[in-house]
Amino acid sequence: MSSPAARRERALLLMGLPALLLLGVLFAWPVLRLLSMSVEDGSLEHLQRAVLDDLYLAVLFDSLKIAGFVTVICLVIAYPLAFWLSRASKIGLALGMFALLLPFWTSVLVRTYAWMVLLGRSGVINRMLRDWGLIESPLPLLHNLGGVLIGMVHVLLPYMVLPIYAALLRIDPDLPRAAEGLGAPRSAIFRRVILPLSLPGVAAGCALVFVLSLGFFITPALLGGGRVIMIAMLIEQQVRELLDWPFAAALSVVLLAVTLAIYAAINRLTKGARLAS
Amino acid sequence: MRLDVQGIVKRFGAVTALNGVDLAVEEGEFLTILGPSGSGKTTLLKAVAGFEVPDAGTVRLGDRDVTTAPARHRNVGMVFQNYALFPHMTVAENLAFPLEMRGTGKAAIARRVAEALALVELGGYAERLPRQLSGGQQQRVALARAIIFDPSLLLLDEPFGALDRKLRESLQLEVRRLQRRLKLTTLFITHDQEEALVMSDRIAVMDQGRIQQLGTPGEIYDFPVTRFVANFIGESNLIEATAQGGRVSVPGFGTMTLPEAPAPGPVTLLLRPEALRLGAEAGAAACHATATVLESVFLGLSVKLRLQPEGAPEMLARLPLRPSDPPPAAEGSTITIGFRPEDVHVVPRG
Repeated sequence: MSSPAARRERALLLMGLPALLLLGVLFAWPVLRLLSMSVEDGSLEHLQRAVLDDLYLAVLFDSLKIAGFVTVICLVIAYPLAFWLSRASKIGLALGMFALLLPFWTSVLVRTYAWMVLLGRSGVINRMLRDWGLIESPLPLLHNLGGVLIGMVHVLLPYMVLPIYAALLRIDPDLPRAAEGLGAPRSAIFRRVILPLSLPGVAAGCALVFVLSLGFFITPALLGGGRVIMIAMLIEQQVRELLDWPFAAALSVVLLAVTLAIYAAINRLTKGARLAS
Repeated sequence: MRLDVQGIVKRFGAVTALNGVDLAVEEGEFLTILGPSGSGKTTLLKAVAGFEVPDAGTVRLGDRDVTTAPARHRNVGMVFQNYALFPHMTVAENLAFPLEMRGTGKAAIARRVAEALALVELGGYAERLPRQLSGGQQQRVALARAIIFDPSLLLLDEPFGALDRKLRESLQLEVRRLQRRLKLTTLFITHDQEEALVMSDRIAVMDQGRIQQLGTPGEIYDFPVTRFVANFIGESNLIEATAQGGRVSVPGFGTMTLPEAPAPGPVTLLLRPEALRLGAEAGAAACHATATVLESVFLGLSVKLRLQPEGAPEMLARLPLRPSDPPPAAEGSTITIGFRPEDVHVVPRG
C-alpha cells in the first residue's frame, strides 16, 4: 500500500507525461542528434572552427549585441506600459492587452513584411515625410540595424510586458498604502517598494527577450537586408545553401551553450531579489 | 493627539458605507470600533488614515483639519490586517523607513530602531526578513513600525485576526500595556467582541454605516441600547414582553414590577445567560417557569444550558462551575428557571 500523498504525486506525474513525451521526442532527441552531429567522426574540427574563426565570432558578438539592444529597448518601453496596465481601468486593461497581444496572434512573417512596407525607401513613412517636405531624400530605415531593432522589439515586447505586469499585480496593494501612511511621497513609494518588488518580473522578461532575440531569424533576415547577420541566419545558410550539417550543428551547439550560460547568469543575479519577494 | 470625526458620509455607488458618523477619541484613549463585516468600520478607518476622502464631514487631528490631507502628511501609524511589512527589507530597514521619509539622521535612526526593537522584545531580529519571522513576531514588527515615528494617532486594523488564540490573547495584553505606557491615542478596528471588551477604554458599536452605541465595555455589555448591540456583544436572551400599568408581563413567566416602569406597550428585555436563575432560587423570583433542558454543554469554567420553557421561546443559561460541583441539570430533565427585575435590562430601542 502506498500513502495518499505518494499516490497523488504519481497521478500528477502521469498528467505531465504527455508533455514530457512530446518534449523528449520533438526536442531532446533532435538536440542530442545535433550535438552528436557536431562531433561527427569523433573530430572536434567543426566545433573548433565555430569557436575560433574570427568571422563566426564576430557574428556571435553582433548577435549578443543586438539581443542586448533589443532587451534594453523592450525594457524601457515595457516597464511604464506594464505599470500603466497594472493600474488601468477594466476598459483600459482590455484595450491595452488587446493591442499588446495582437502581434502574438499574427504571424511573424506578416508583421515583418508590414514593417518593410512601412520602413522601405518608398515606404509609407518615407513618402509621408517627403510629402510634408520634412526630408529631401528617403531616410535609410530598412536594411540596417535600426530596422532590425524596430522589428524585433515589436515582436518581443509582449514577452517583456507580461512578466513585469504579473510581478506588479502580485504586489500586495497594502504595501504602497503602508508606505504612504509612513510618510513616503509617490517617488519613494515607487523607488523603495514597487520597483524592488517587481524586479523578479523584470529579470524574467529580460531573460526571455534576450534568449529569444539571440535565436531570431526571420525578422533580421528580412529587415536587415543581408547587412545585419545574426547567428541563426548563419546556421540556416550552412544547412540550406552549403549543406554543411556538421558545421551548422557546431554553430547551434555554440548558440545553445551561450544561451544557457546567459540564462544561468541572469538567474543567479536575480536570485537575491526573488528570495526577498 | 485627539481625534475628532464629525458627520462623515461615504458612498460607493448606491451603497452608503458611512452614514453620518460622529466620534471623538480623547488623547491617550484606546477606542474600539466594533462591528460586523460590512458595517462600515473599515471605511471609517480609511477615512481617518487618509486612504479615502469622505463625501461629507470632517476629520480633525488635534486642532488640524485633515479631511482631505494625503495619508503621508497625517503622521498616523497604522498596523494593517496582514501587517504589510515590506518583504524585501529586513526588520531594521522596515523600522527605519518612516524615519528616513522624515529625514532623520543615520545615527538617530540606528538608535531609535534599536529602541523600538527592544520595546517589542525583538532585540536579536534586526537583520531578519519578515518571512523569516513567526506571525506574532511579524505583528510586533508592524506595531513597532507604526509607533517608531511618534505618530499622532495609532490605527489598528484587526491586527490579531491571523493569529492563534493563545498568542492573540498575550499580544492583546502586550499591545494594551504598550499603548498605556506610551499614552498613544488609539483607534482599534475589530469584529471580535471579546477582543473589544478586553482592550478598550471605550467601544463604539457600528452597524449599517452608523455608530449604534458608544460607551465603556461595561456600559455596552450591561446596558445595550438596541437589539443589535445586545445581540452582537456577548450572548443574550431577548425576551418580548408587554408593559401595562407599571407592570411588565412576560409570556410564560408571569408579571413583575421593574425599578423604572417602561412606557405601556411591547418592550424587549435583555437577560444575559449568566443572570438566569435555576432551581429553588428561581421559584422565589417574580418571573419563573418550568423548562426542559434541551442541551448541556461543558465549557470548563462554566456550563451552558439550552432550555425550553413552557409557553415561551428557547433560552440560554450559563452557570459557573467549580471542579467539585455536580452537573447542574441533565439533558431531558425538567427544572424551574426564573429571573428578578434587577436581572433584566430594558432595551430602549427595541
